[in-house]
Amino acid sequence: MDAGAVLGQLVVGLSRAMILFIVSAGLTLVLGVLRVPNVFHGSLYMVGAFVAWSVAEALGGHPSGLWLALAAAPLVTAGVGLVLERLLLSRLYHREHLMLILFTFGVMLVLNDLVKMLWGPTYRSLVPPPSLQGAVTVFGVALPRFNLVLLVAGPLVAVGLWLFAHRTRAGKVSRAAATDRDMVAALGVDVSRVFALAFAVGCFLAGLGGALVAPTTSITLGMDHSLLIDSFLIVIVGGLGNLWGALVGSLLFGVTQSVGLLVWPQFAIAFPYAVTAAVLLVRPTGLLRSAW
Amino acid sequence: MVVGFLVAAGLAAAPAVLPLFFVYLLALILVTGLLATSLNLVLGYGGLYQFHHGVFYGIGAYTAAVGITRLGWPAWLAFLAGPVAAAAAAMAIGFFCVRLSRLYFGMLQLSLGSLVWIVALRWYPVTGGDNGIHGIPLPAVLQTIPGAYALVACVVAASLAVLWAVVRSPFGLTLQAIRDNPQRAQVMGVDVRIHQLAAMVLAAFFAGVAGVLYVALERSVFPNMLFWVLSLEILVMCLLGGWFTFSGAMVGAAVLVGLRTLVGRYTEYWTLVLGVLLILLIFFLPEGIMGHLQRRWIWTRAPSPRPAAAGGTRG
Repeated sequence: MDAGAVLGQLVVGLSRAMILFIVSAGLTLVLGVLRVPNVFHGSLYMVGAFVAWSVAEALGGHPSGLWLALAAAPLVTAGVGLVLERLLLSRLYHREHLMLILFTFGVMLVLNDLVKMLWGPTYRSLVPPPSLQGAVTVFGVALPRFNLVLLVAGPLVAVGLWLFAHRTRAGKVSRAAATDRDMVAALGVDVSRVFALAFAVGCFLAGLGGALVAPTTSITLGMDHSLLIDSFLIVIVGGLGNLWGALVGSLLFGVTQSVGLLVWPQFAIAFPYAVTAAVLLVRPTGLLRSAW
Repeated sequence: MVVGFLVAAGLAAAPAVLPLFFVYLLALILVTGLLATSLNLVLGYGGLYQFHHGVFYGIGAYTAAVGITRLGWPAWLAFLAGPVAAAAAAMAIGFFCVRLSRLYFGMLQLSLGSLVWIVALRWYPVTGGDNGIHGIPLPAVLQTIPGAYALVACVVAASLAVLWAVVRSPFGLTLQAIRDNPQRAQVMGVDVRIHQLAAMVLAAFFAGVAGVLYVALERSVFPNMLFWVLSLEILVMCLLGGWFTFSGAMVGAAVLVGLRTLVGRYTEYWTLVLGVLLILLIFFLPEGIMGHLQRRWIWTRAPSPRPAAAGGTRG
């Protein structure tokens, strides 16, 4: 095993971690602020990927297609989320977690079948513009260019979310609502609107993750399956509702899978689950402070 | 009691009157219903977030399948080994899980269960990898649908009787006390973790029985039996039927399997129908189908109090 293979594997693992981070940041926001375990979060990720494909396809491979797709897909999923939240979910906040899981599972089934209706069961692939194709050579190792885009996108999203949470009024209120929603409501804040905004931002991130992953993978039904469970585990391992926890958990997931690919490829996908289980046994409520 | 005898008589008469396809469907509903009822022992009666119950179903089925095809065991021995293996796995997984509570319990179980799923998915020489194992040779009796149905119906009836007895036993009542208030149960001297672990092992045993019956009925196993999607489906069956009732899980299983098979014949979008149904259910029948019926019609004079703290308080 030479250093080049290790570095290459590490970059692939880190870019996978960035996708996981963007998606699980949305999940952890929704869990932290609204206390809703959103099972259809993965479906929105898939919707994001399909919308990105459609936008890029409609522009016929024009170089701007990908950038437009990256902007449009998250807006679509945020819109879908907002409508669902206002019409249905906002009436269920007082219910038990299992009921919320049941509800979001129902929405997941509906969304997945709608995706099947609109895009069909075939595989799609989104070709990135020529400037992002191919590989760059760093220290004699060929690294796929698009993965470098992901390595930039992840930290950008992290900084953006941090600014939102700490520098805007809505962000501050949603952090307060995550800690004590009754107190926030008692202070005269319309908690319901904060919840709607947090949910929309969460869904936005799911769509953004899907759009970003689209050029690196085949876009197909079921692409959400392993991602959903992975991001739930990441959120728990990092500490529920903790943005930096989602980042730590994602890095743990992406990097252990890369290590797994180097040492025991056949069972590489087992490595993140084993690490998750070990972390939960040592620190049952996650590595960083949980919002609950 | 009367209802029980009527159902038993109906099940016994089914192969004589129903077309073969419906006999098969009925057997599939019974197997899935047993699986869901076994989950409800820990979910509804135990208040545990058992998020990956499918793993024990899969272990039961895979043990039987691997025993017959790879190890050359006689079918009956393999069928007995399935539930035992599932119970042993629950002992191992549960040993760690009962240390955590609620959502964390469920998440730890998901990650440990996913490890088992990966073994089934990737250990090609033994489990057949993502293809699974098909065409498992079975005794001649089980190669006809009525034969398989007879085995399924008898075993499911016996298993449900045992589970019913467990729920009514002092152990079952203690379990419900733990569900309603773990702290109080602890203070009263109940060893909470041992009870929860015992419930998990028992539930996994019957999930293993269901897995073995699936092999008897379908003669195949595949890794999706241990995937989290199936586990979530079983969970939904319990909630759909009413997780505070004994019969709810079976009713939920019947609705889900029935929808998949019957609606699935007309449209490939049967999950859309199910999704809409679930959303409607939450708004109009939050206690599930049987929970609603029980409150509304059957025990109107002496309403069974709905356990307030079941499933844990929020947060």
